[in-house]
Amino acid sequence: MNEYEEIRREKARWERCVDKGDIGSFQTVSGLPVEILYTPLDLTNFDYLRDLGFPGEYPFTRGIRHNMYRGRLWTMRQFSGFGTARDTNARYKFLLAHGETGLSVAFDFPTLYGRDSDDPMAMGEVGKCGVAISSLEDMETLFEGIPLGEVSTSMTINGPAAVLWAFYIVTAEKQGVPSERLRGTIQNDILKEYIAQKSWLFPPEPSLRIITDIMAFGAEHVPKWNTISISGYHIREAGSTAAQELAFTLKDGMTYVEAGIKAGLDVDTFAPRLSFFFNSHLDFFEEIAKFRAARRIWAREMREKFKARKPESWLLRFHTQTAGCTLTAQQPENNIVRTAFQALAAVLGGTQSLHTNSMDETWALPTEKAVLIALRTQQLIAEETGVINVIDPLGGSYYVEALTNQLEQQAYEYFKKIDALGGMVKAIEQGYPQREIAEAAYRYQKAVDEGRRTVVGVNKYVLEGEKLEIPILKIDPRVEEEQRERLARLRQRRDNARVQKVLLDLKAACAGKENVMYPILEAVRAYATLGEICGAMKEVFGTYAEPPMF
Amino acid sequence: MARKLRILIAKPGLDGHDRGAKVVARALRDAGFEVIYTGLHQTPEMIAEAAIQEDVDAVGLSILSGAHMTLFPEVMRLLREKGAGDILVFGGGIIPKEDMEALYKMGCGRLFGPGTPTQEIIDYLREKFPDRT
Repeated sequence: MNEYEEIRREKARWERCVDKGDIGSFQTVSGLPVEILYTPLDLTNFDYLRDLGFPGEYPFTRGIRHNMYRGRLWTMRQFSGFGTARDTNARYKFLLAHGETGLSVAFDFPTLYGRDSDDPMAMGEVGKCGVAISSLEDMETLFEGIPLGEVSTSMTINGPAAVLWAFYIVTAEKQGVPSERLRGTIQNDILKEYIAQKSWLFPPEPSLRIITDIMAFGAEHVPKWNTISISGYHIREAGSTAAQELAFTLKDGMTYVEAGIKAGLDVDTFAPRLSFFFNSHLDFFEEIAKFRAARRIWAREMREKFKARKPESWLLRFHTQTAGCTLTAQQPENNIVRTAFQALAAVLGGTQSLHTNSMDETWALPTEKAVLIALRTQQLIAEETGVINVIDPLGGSYYVEALTNQLEQQAYEYFKKIDALGGMVKAIEQGYPQREIAEAAYRYQKAVDEGRRTVVGVNKYVLEGEKLEIPILKIDPRVEEEQRERLARLRQRRDNARVQKVLLDLKAACAGKENVMYPILEAVRAYATLGEICGAMKEVFGTYAEPPMF
Repeated sequence: MARKLRILIAKPGLDGHDRGAKVVARALRDAGFEVIYTGLHQTPEMIAEAAIQEDVDAVGLSILSGAHMTLFPEVMRLLREKGAGDILVFGGGIIPKEDMEALYKMGCGRLFGPGTPTQEIIDYLREKFPDRT
């Protein structure tokens, strides 16, 4: 205690030397007040072994592997997709040729909603903000010449995740790669769809049933696949604070674990295949603290609350994407620098894989040149800066540790509020997380509008009469038409009697208890389209709409 | 007495990015306008119908999915077809400059990109409808 007394006295003396204005009200991007200086006084309850321990060991605050990046770098995985499967296939080959180490598929909106390119709601959207994949045939084209036994692929797909995963599994089958060898991730995180990304298909209850079917199928047949990527990214992009991103994401994760256990699965069979996906936003230290707090909370909850016994069930593995919402349309080259700082925070926070945004994404999907710079940013961090040499180099920083504790505490406060509402599904149905996020988004916009928060090039350091000097990617307007024609040919060519039969089988499985993955795979093999398969499932499960609110 | 400015904020198509639409809807409401928000996943037909039924002065479309060259003209066409061509269609989202120019030529109102202060949108609407409060 004496030691603290002395520091306290010395700190009080020192504070008298600091200008009062400097002490004032400084905050993180999320609005968390921060002190001018952190000292051992902020960590009086700090217990190294309890709070941090060693990398690769419980509670994993410092990282999930013993050797971290010395053993293996993070996977450099650029989220990409546009136009037709053929256009995107060429982009993947380009990225792999330039040192990318994993693939990540961006689907267009019709695909995200389980609709075919020729669906009336797809009008104008085909191939626009991702690649259009309506059938097994499209998926085969997407990965033509890319050996699926050797690459890991992440697919941002949620409502229709089971179907796109089945497309992938059958594509691999046709390449002669058994499902046991496949590595990758499907996002498959429906709760955050209701909260933030909004590409849902069915109501929450049947959606959770499909997810447990996927987890069970994966545990048996695709053991190296991450069957869910519990995502805070979209929550943050929708405007949440760091603490909300952390809390809502982890609570979603716990809800899936509960659903799995309730469905009769042993937690240790599926928990090791749960993965996470976070945003890396502007506030450098707050982000690092968020990643560290996430690992510690998850490890504790999995071990203490859900009684998982395998250490692999305790560790929180995560992908990171830099924050798209922080990019500016003005002086877009500045986005390269923003992204580099955000990527560095993700690496210092111990990410397992990383996507760096391209400078031109406030205008359109990225050009080849822009995405190459984004990839090079990661390579620079990995191979030039030296930050990978030491594990969790900010561990022990008074500030980062205090912030880690603070975010953890904020997360537990949110858990309590959500529990009081009856759990996450009930909270979502009452619009609670949605409202919290919309509030935070509005506060942020107000702060920017009023100049309390600086956005370089937007509300400060503005270039008058700025002209856009970077090239912008254009999607060929014929993509939609070509895609419709290709689908029409497929519908003619395939055995339509067989398609009808497999769709009936699928509906029966949805209405009963059979794992839906098996009939979905059969439907995919028969070249039933995405829209047909999801349509059949909707007939049984129904649809979902949220009440508009702002 | 002058009537309050009535605005419909709409999300056409499948695009789920609703942060901007909600922030703008709220800012316009705080500025004293009457604001109706459609919610997600609206067809151009639904939007034109709602605009007429709600008797709005302007429709603000928010599109970040790249479908703007289809959806803006379609909403404008439907409004004209239903005899409501006087309703101003404006909007925002991820829209390349070249496309903005093309949409302006078709008679579209102002398009606001990322980084726009909400006050700029409020000022634009006040200027467009000086006889409304």
